[in-house]
Amino acid sequence: MSTTTTATTPKLWSGGKSPFNVEYGKLMMWYFLMSDAFTFGAFLISYGTIRFSTNGWPDPNVVFKSFPFAPEGVNAPLVFVSIMTFILIISSVTMVLAVKAGQNMDKKGVTTNLIWTIIGGIAFLSCQAWEWNHLHHEGAWWGMNPFLNADGTASSTNFTNYFFTITGFHGFHVFSGVIINIVMLIMTLMDKFEERGHYLMIEKAGLYWHFVDLVWVFVFTCFYLI
Amino acid sequence: MSNEAVLHAHSDVATHDAHGDHSHEHHHHETFITKYVFSQDHKMIAKQFLITGMVWAVLGGLMSVLFRLQLGYPDSTFPWLESILGKWAKGGHITPEAYYALVTTHGTVLVFFVLTAGLSGTFANFLIPLQIGARDMASPFMNMLSYWFFFGASIVMLSSMFVETGPFSGGWTAYPPLSALGDASPGSKTGMDLWIVSMALFVVSSLLGGLNYIATVLNMRTKGMSMTRLPLTIWALFFTAVLGVLSFPVLLSGFILLIFDRNFGTSFYLSDIFINGVGALPNEGGSAILFQHLFWFLGHPEVYIILLPAMGMVSEILSVNSRKPIFGYMAMIGSLFAIAILAFLVWAHHMFVTGLNPFLGSVFVLLTLLIAVPSAIKVFNWLTTLWRGNIRFTPGMLFAIGFVSMFISGGLTGIWLGNSALDIHLHDTYFVIAHFHIVMGVASMFGMFAGIYHWYPKMYGRFMNNTLAYIHFWVTIAGAYMIFWPMHYQGLAGMPRRYYDFSIWESFKQFQDLNRFISLVAMIVFAVQFLFLFNFFYSIFRGRKVTTLNPWESNTLEWTTPIHPGHGNWVGEIPEVHRWAYDYGKDGKDFIQQTTPVGADESHH
Repeated sequence: MSTTTTATTPKLWSGGKSPFNVEYGKLMMWYFLMSDAFTFGAFLISYGTIRFSTNGWPDPNVVFKSFPFAPEGVNAPLVFVSIMTFILIISSVTMVLAVKAGQNMDKKGVTTNLIWTIIGGIAFLSCQAWEWNHLHHEGAWWGMNPFLNADGTASSTNFTNYFFTITGFHGFHVFSGVIINIVMLIMTLMDKFEERGHYLMIEKAGLYWHFVDLVWVFVFTCFYLI
Repeated sequence: MSNEAVLHAHSDVATHDAHGDHSHEHHHHETFITKYVFSQDHKMIAKQFLITGMVWAVLGGLMSVLFRLQLGYPDSTFPWLESILGKWAKGGHITPEAYYALVTTHGTVLVFFVLTAGLSGTFANFLIPLQIGARDMASPFMNMLSYWFFFGASIVMLSSMFVETGPFSGGWTAYPPLSALGDASPGSKTGMDLWIVSMALFVVSSLLGGLNYIATVLNMRTKGMSMTRLPLTIWALFFTAVLGVLSFPVLLSGFILLIFDRNFGTSFYLSDIFINGVGALPNEGGSAILFQHLFWFLGHPEVYIILLPAMGMVSEILSVNSRKPIFGYMAMIGSLFAIAILAFLVWAHHMFVTGLNPFLGSVFVLLTLLIAVPSAIKVFNWLTTLWRGNIRFTPGMLFAIGFVSMFISGGLTGIWLGNSALDIHLHDTYFVIAHFHIVMGVASMFGMFAGIYHWYPKMYGRFMNNTLAYIHFWVTIAGAYMIFWPMHYQGLAGMPRRYYDFSIWESFKQFQDLNRFISLVAMIVFAVQFLFLFNFFYSIFRGRKVTTLNPWESNTLEWTTPIHPGHGNWVGEIPEVHRWAYDYGKDGKDFIQQTTPVGADESHH
């Protein structure tokens, strides 16, 4: 190992500031998200293995066909969940706008867009609450599965077990994200970030929020599309 | 973020250079609570981890003595046992339930609380900021939380031992259905609930700590401290943290599903089960093997989480006390990296006999045996570091050499066990017990002892007593081999692990004397550890004082701090680093500290 030659290669980072030019909190957030990705990955892979070792599975088009305020028996497969997904994705867009406004030190822009993001999050959670409630009324819960397999045979409870556990775990993440965003909003309104001279906290909250949205894409695919 | 900004949490991120000409003598007003209890000083948190780990090591060790008593003397009664354990040792004879609870808790406690929190918690906290030249962790507050979550996990685990139905007793791996069904055994009731809560808290603690260690190593190094100038301790602790951050969440997922199976009527891990006295269960469609996959996806990296910090410290201590540069520095980093990657790709070798597809098994055999390559690289590098060195046999050095010995002895049997065909015969026998206790348990304990003896002067400004340390070392290494070497023969003869009483088995009766011998040595080794504990606590107050900044004549940065470093570690500026950590015996100089600028006439390596 050379002790002297490293000094002659200035392109290698040699201390004093961070190698990725990011501040430590953001680095931690990235590592946390990797860690969290493994949590969700483990859940979804578990779901996959159980599902593919089971004979038959309910058809999502039949299970998820209801819509709020529509008459009982309406056949609107995946319409409601598509709206939920759309809301969540739009909330990611407003989060991007909030981060962008933060980079421009635009307090008003941050505030407005954070509020929209929070509304989006709450709307998503409300939709999920309605859907869970509806399914529960149909007799679905952990350990209870009223739905038949697509081929008409009796289904194992693991369809509902995994559905409620994984969407619940994701919902818990959205809920945490909404709380984080509310804290960010309060800190923005109290001029905390103006005092610090930067809105880096918003960027970190944004990373988390985008991650939660990204996870939903996978959850959505696994439970509603496949 | 610069080092300064850490101690001034409110200050700007884009702050001044770490080597501004400010003075950083911090005189925070500290109360007993902020200094010793809710401390945010990484050195104090390290000591908290260490002492909590010691308490657990004594408890976990005591448990092993108790169940060795049963294995060594299955026909004898010990009335004093009943006075300690009450109904768990009716008539002075440990009940089967208590035996299984002891085995389970011994495993859980030693693996997670002693060798994960006690080892990497202690030394990552203590050494990372000191050796990279930082005033503290990236987030001292998260660091404090990490300890207190561990403390919470400890309290919950401890309380599980006092519930009426006893602590969990289904093995530290917590396989369902024993862990998923309260009716399966007494320990599967409240004891298991508490076990799972404790482990969940532990995962949070490990995550908070690990994120901090990673961010600190990457972001907080002092000027000149490039990644390839880091001491190997830091590299090892860095990979340890990465392993923890990426594998513990999978365990958490597994536990969440387990909680639902236990309490909310799901069947993630359950299918086609009949319990005596209860009848057939309605659960269907789940897979008990699924839990094993989730568990071992953590479980295997976990053994490297335990081992890597020991490897890193041993590399450093061997080099310092051989007065020679570590042999193959880049190869050491490369092999650590290879081990970290392979750690995630070998978990199914714990599951060869679960009905795993033999083809898949053969893939895992290949990947498992590949670990022999980086392991051998490390061993040969340690041996060549020692080769023709000017060796100083300090207690830390003895334990470091002991680590290498243990790692070789235990590693070689890993090659046996990694073969799926041999594993059909050897799985769940005492051969496995011998293998993992030597290569992971004892070896990492040796790494921990080496670290404690070596960095004790930095922790407390005093030395530990050498005579007691030598007795501690020789009895421990001789005892460890006497305990675990015979187990290889027992295992080859097919003696299964986790059995309560071998005297009723015609095929294993022949080992009765050997079992008694093992138990006897286990008790002696356990007793000798009190010598270490006495030495440790006595020396805090009465040990020989350290009078020079650099008692081991070592190159690394921690020895440039004052003998009793305050919160912030360095008075004034943080030193700048000009060279790697291993310039020993260069150009006729015994050692050159990392802070020494490279001279014009200095030779190249």
